[in-house]
Amino acid sequence: MSLAYITPSERFKKYLPKDYVELIDFGPFGKTQEEAGPGNMGQFKELMEEHPMCSGCWMAYYIRLIFASLPCPEETVTIGTAGCGRLAISQAAVPFIYGNYGDQNAMASGLTRAFRLRFPDKTKDVITIAGDGGTMDIGFSMTMHSWIRGERFTTIMLDNEVYGNTGGQSSGMSPKGAVLKMAPMGKDFEKMPATDLAKAAGCVYIVRMSPTNIKAAAKVIRRAIFVAREVGPTFIHAYTSCNIEYSIPTEDVFADAIELGKGRFKFDEYMTDEAKIVIERVEGEEKAARKARKAAKVAEAVN
Amino acid sequence: MSAVQRPVLNKKQVEMNYLLHEAPREKHFITGAQAMSEAVKRANVDMAIAYPITPQSEVMHLVGDVFAQGHIKEYYRAEEELGTMSAIAGASRAGVRLFTATSGPGLIRGLEAIASWPGHRVPAVLGILTRVINAPLSIQPDNLEMAYMLYSGAVMLHAENQQDTFDFTLAAFAIAEKVDVYIPVAVATEGFFVTHAKGYVDMMSEDLVYKEFDPVASPVPAMDNETPPARIQRDAPVQKSNFMSYLIHSVWQQEIWDSNSRAMKYIYEYLGGPVEVLNPGSDIMLLASGCAAAQAREAHRYAQEEGLSVGLVKVKAIRPFPRTEIREALAAAKTVIVPEHNIVGWLCTEVKAAIPNGGIVHEGPRVFGGMTLPVELIMFEIYEALGIEHTIKL
Repeated sequence: MSLAYITPSERFKKYLPKDYVELIDFGPFGKTQEEAGPGNMGQFKELMEEHPMCSGCWMAYYIRLIFASLPCPEETVTIGTAGCGRLAISQAAVPFIYGNYGDQNAMASGLTRAFRLRFPDKTKDVITIAGDGGTMDIGFSMTMHSWIRGERFTTIMLDNEVYGNTGGQSSGMSPKGAVLKMAPMGKDFEKMPATDLAKAAGCVYIVRMSPTNIKAAAKVIRRAIFVAREVGPTFIHAYTSCNIEYSIPTEDVFADAIELGKGRFKFDEYMTDEAKIVIERVEGEEKAARKARKAAKVAEAVN
Repeated sequence: MSAVQRPVLNKKQVEMNYLLHEAPREKHFITGAQAMSEAVKRANVDMAIAYPITPQSEVMHLVGDVFAQGHIKEYYRAEEELGTMSAIAGASRAGVRLFTATSGPGLIRGLEAIASWPGHRVPAVLGILTRVINAPLSIQPDNLEMAYMLYSGAVMLHAENQQDTFDFTLAAFAIAEKVDVYIPVAVATEGFFVTHAKGYVDMMSEDLVYKEFDPVASPVPAMDNETPPARIQRDAPVQKSNFMSYLIHSVWQQEIWDSNSRAMKYIYEYLGGPVEVLNPGSDIMLLASGCAAAQAREAHRYAQEEGLSVGLVKVKAIRPFPRTEIREALAAAKTVIVPEHNIVGWLCTEVKAAIPNGGIVHEGPRVFGGMTLPVELIMFEIYEALGIEHTIKL
């Protein structure tokens, strides 16, 4: 029903906002990644277009990428918390739940379980998207325990290494020595080992990355969602710089992301054997479907 | 075992009015904790989430057993109360019936999430088994934590005994889920005095259950990507600082408190009203809620035996506060005595503000920190107010 319930009847269309109708007609709902994935961004009606983030915000780019990569946006619910990210996430055409401070993984635990009991035969993707403060500081206990319980949803941490939305305070994910608000003498302890913690807590698919390569970033997002559907908790730790608080000139934002991708955000992908089986199966199926579509196209052209 | 493989029991689904008022009942001798879990069993709850704290634990253990027997579809122990209350808010978006319970410090820990439930339009039922708020540490009954709930927006019922605990908990689900209410209902009763003590409870057969949760009958559709209208927001004015966001927030707050007021007609329908009045028009009116009402009831009985002009107002609903009913019940009173199980006297304050002649409301008697409330304490106040000589020494 999910795609049907957002599709208006033809006669009703003229009364609906143009933006909504275009989203149904030209959006990514029900389409494949080749038709409406990150590779074709700008050529289809995207789930997230406008956003109120700062000029040059790398987080806004990555959030757009998340929405363009969703395997099934019409069956997805996102959950977030206070922070810059929610300003953009809430503008996407996917149901978004804005909870209290750092409680996104607790909410997702309840939501995922309730979805499974109400819709045992359907796939409903739940994704929490929160910042480093929401995920690793104020929400730490709820993040960790959702993983320890083996809750089957995807956690994406938008790590800008600072509390951007509240005005640039030091977070647990800020690097040691960083002079930020509330750490006026420089942060005196190490950046939290988020991916190690995720591994210890039982996440079955974990990636740390600086998402500079669109294709690679999209692949990771999809893998995390596919694995969470069947195996267990998955975690993406992505660098999404704050060019304001870290004073990165807008034109240097990409170079900074490349630089950190060689350093503390060096690509690291971990998966359990069970997760690997799912990934190989799903990606194999996708490849076969792509091949079949291509063959059909060729056959059509020949005929 | 996953939620999908839970055993399915063959039960008859009925309306709440039939369940509460018509279904044949049998007398049982059980604790308040049992009474609450027996109500949950008959409420057709989809999911319960628990985090232990004395004296609530007993309730949520029993609810766990109810889950194991197949009466509830999903149940788990969460990491702590904030996680519990947040998970309730999350699960609610999927359109299911929910129950949890807590006590004293646990309620305070979960309060950030609980206070957001009405705004999230979460029609869950919350058991509050009262307990002292630390420090110093104590696990004893004291209902100070209810004062912190008064402005949360939730409907609040206060049970006097095991029977009330059963009936109020069951009715709470129907009240919470009314389309014109759709906010949480808290059912409070005193820890230990009620939760761990046995009393007679008339219960209907457990083969009868409240009709299942209807996620469509909601003022705010479930976020399940199934229930229209679609909740796709391309713009989120509430998230921004501008006049529209202030306006939306103020309208939303008004709606929550209007919803709270609209619960009153259902409190009449299911529980016969928010107050119970004995001997209306007496010179002295005892006014109490929860366990204090049981002691006030006993003092009222003593007073009747002695031929004194003493009446009783038992307050069942703390929110919406029965201002009109209390005004009416106290219209002829010369003195109002408000026994309470807390130091601040939150009920006393509410009553004073509700009537035009607040000066007739006597402060106390109050016990706290787990102290019991001897009937003599109340009798002392009655004798003093009537100017009768007595031998009670405090």
